[in-house]
Amino acid sequence: MSLSGAWYLGLAGVVFTIGAIGLLVRRNVLIMFMCIELMLNAANLTFVTVARMLNDIGGQVLVFFVLVVAAAEVVVGLGIVVTNFRRRATTVADDLDQLKG
Amino acid sequence: MVHSVLLAASTRPTWPDVLVFAAAAAVILVGAIGVVTSRNPVHAALSLVMTLFGVAVLFIEQAADFLAAVQIIVYAGAIVVLFLFVIMFLGVDRAEAINVEPLGGQRPLAVIFSVITLGGVLAMAATAHWVTGARQVVGPIQGHVAGAGSPAGEPAQLGKQLFTTYLFAFEATAALLVIAVVGAVVLARRPPTVHADREDSTESELPA
Repeated sequence: MSLSGAWYLGLAGVVFTIGAIGLLVRRNVLIMFMCIELMLNAANLTFVTVARMLNDIGGQVLVFFVLVVAAAEVVVGLGIVVTNFRRRATTVADDLDQLKG
Repeated sequence: MVHSVLLAASTRPTWPDVLVFAAAAAVILVGAIGVVTSRNPVHAALSLVMTLFGVAVLFIEQAADFLAAVQIIVYAGAIVVLFLFVIMFLGVDRAEAINVEPLGGQRPLAVIFSVITLGGVLAMAATAHWVTGARQVVGPIQGHVAGAGSPAGEPAQLGKQLFTTYLFAFEATAALLVIAVVGAVVLARRPPTVHADREDSTESELPA
């Protein structure tokens, strides 16, 4: 029997916060994507913990779907990064200011 | 609190469980901080692997063995490799200056507001119930209930629910993956029209 779910949920909250801070602070698009992965992993940990606490397999099925959506998101996102790099030769979000008035 | 007492009523956690949780939590937090603070994108990707591995350990600790395997295979094996491939492909694997702050006061504000949000969520969850809701709506994690012969185990339960209750969502993810693959190919393809334009412009400039 592992620890009570509160520990896991608290840890997931901390990891989600670190990912959110990174997403807000960093300017490299690749690292911003990695921070999104951190936040998705915190959500996955929450799903598995709640699935254990309620003894319900539905939470684990949702983690499966989150994995699929994360994979699709990374594929399309990195495609956009590569396309942008071809035009501007940068992966820094601040340099993409073509629409600035 | 009644709820949590009820949930933890079966057995007390033993010291190996505490040790595993503490080690995995340390690995997860060090990796997460490494992702945010690394100057080099390659180091950030490797820190991300560290975090994903710690999360997989916590999945095993919570009897989600199949998801732990999927986590390692899909995340560490596919997604992070994709990240590293793009980093190497673009040649941006060098340290960047993260000391300069492009937007004044953004970093302290981001940290302050994120920590306030975290504190609010934790305080709310700790003063109320950590988890509420009906138990075993979709199905139990271990399938040995109601006089079933052998314990079905977690992967069997997962697969059964995936192909019965969540069949439509499962088919939708198939469509989503196809769309993502086609979209990535279309995005990464070098458009022939732009190429032709560039050649035309250089040729027209040369005689002049």
